[in-house]
Amino acid sequence: MKLTLEFGGGLELLCDSVKIHNVDVDQKDVEEKLTMKDLLVWVGKNLIKERPEMFMKGDTVRPGVLVLVNDCDWELSGQLDTLLEEKDVVVFISTLHGG
Amino acid sequence: MESKATAQSSGRVRNCSICNQTKAALKRPKTLEQICRECFYQVFEDEIHRVIVDNHLFKPGERIAIGASGGKDSTVLAYVMAELNRRHNYGLDLFLLSVDEGITGYRDDSLETVKRNEIQYGLPLKVVSYKDLYGWTMDEIVKMIGLKNNCTFCGVFRRQALDRGAALLKVDKVVTGHNADDIAETVILNILRGDIARLGRCTSITTGEDGPIPRCKPFKYTYEKEIVIYPFSMSIYSPNAYRGFAREFIKDLERIRPRAILDIIKSGEDFRIATSTKMPEQGTCERCGYISSQKWCKACVLLEGLNRGLPKLGIGRRGIDNERNSRKSIDNKKCGSLDF
Repeated sequence: MKLTLEFGGGLELLCDSVKIHNVDVDQKDVEEKLTMKDLLVWVGKNLIKERPEMFMKGDTVRPGVLVLVNDCDWELSGQLDTLLEEKDVVVFISTLHGG
Repeated sequence: MESKATAQSSGRVRNCSICNQTKAALKRPKTLEQICRECFYQVFEDEIHRVIVDNHLFKPGERIAIGASGGKDSTVLAYVMAELNRRHNYGLDLFLLSVDEGITGYRDDSLETVKRNEIQYGLPLKVVSYKDLYGWTMDEIVKMIGLKNNCTFCGVFRRQALDRGAALLKVDKVVTGHNADDIAETVILNILRGDIARLGRCTSITTGEDGPIPRCKPFKYTYEKEIVIYPFSMSIYSPNAYRGFAREFIKDLERIRPRAILDIIKSGEDFRIATSTKMPEQGTCERCGYISSQKWCKACVLLEGLNRGLPKLGIGRRGIDNERNSRKSIDNKKCGSLDF
């Protein structure tokens, strides 16, 4: 599944200082839809190169990391249960940086 | 129900609870309302306008410096201040005020952001450098003292630099981008430290009213989450990594109970200090005139150490008391007396 992932607010520093990643996430099963939970596992394995604790806490993002799925607050779409579709844009912004 | 075409991943997303026309794009932590982008801009700006009006933050004709670091908060603050000043005819003269610590590479991005803000929002910019104010850049200080205590110097100097820059600009007030999360964090830290004097001050929307240049915080009740989302499509901010434990604690609380941030501010506001508590007296620095509870302000103590080749002075508990008698070399390089 092709997705665009964007990291901001300092999170890009954890993945080679690249802000925008066009990725192809392999699905285990075509029938089963990809969830944000699956995507976070994939991101943790494939994109985060250092200090994973700045990004994840438990099985979700660290508090203070904002997630937008297609410009929409993921708190509205079910957070980890949000279903992803082809060409979705997912944005992660850390608010835990200097202001 | 929603049309199939737009439903997709956000299939369960409801319509905006304000306009009921457009699909909601975010959940407000303050109210748990689900609202759309357009209504969000509206309520975000209106709330800040209300805070400004209800607290009488400004008077027509005042000169106001916006403390601009190039970060998200001050960038949004500069934009919102310029916008509200125009829209509601506050009659304010607005300026951007930035501090350059003189750390190679560190401020390049953020000073670029501030220069962009100057053009975008049409606000005159003043950059004050540590070199101008104190005679030392942070790079020079690090060369002298190493990397161990440099944060002490940087922090103390920065706190004063805004005031000193404001005095140069001859403004009536400084506004800073401190948000609700910042204030909640400060309340917690002051409780953890038992710093009653600061605990009493830290929730005030305006501080230093008895001093030369008051400071105020129009974002006192504005959640960080909303400040980050607000300009989202417009700009990306300069990064910076570390924030302390208290901050993460607050974000943990917010996740469990979003109201927590406002509740902490309320707790801080409603704190009553026992009348028997002895409060530190606030006077002025004998050397430069800056507010200080000691004979000399912290910046002067640190500078004294630097200029005399004793950079450990003023770091840790044993401060100037031991050094007070030797005032010989003070005059050659002070941090400039203040002309408010």
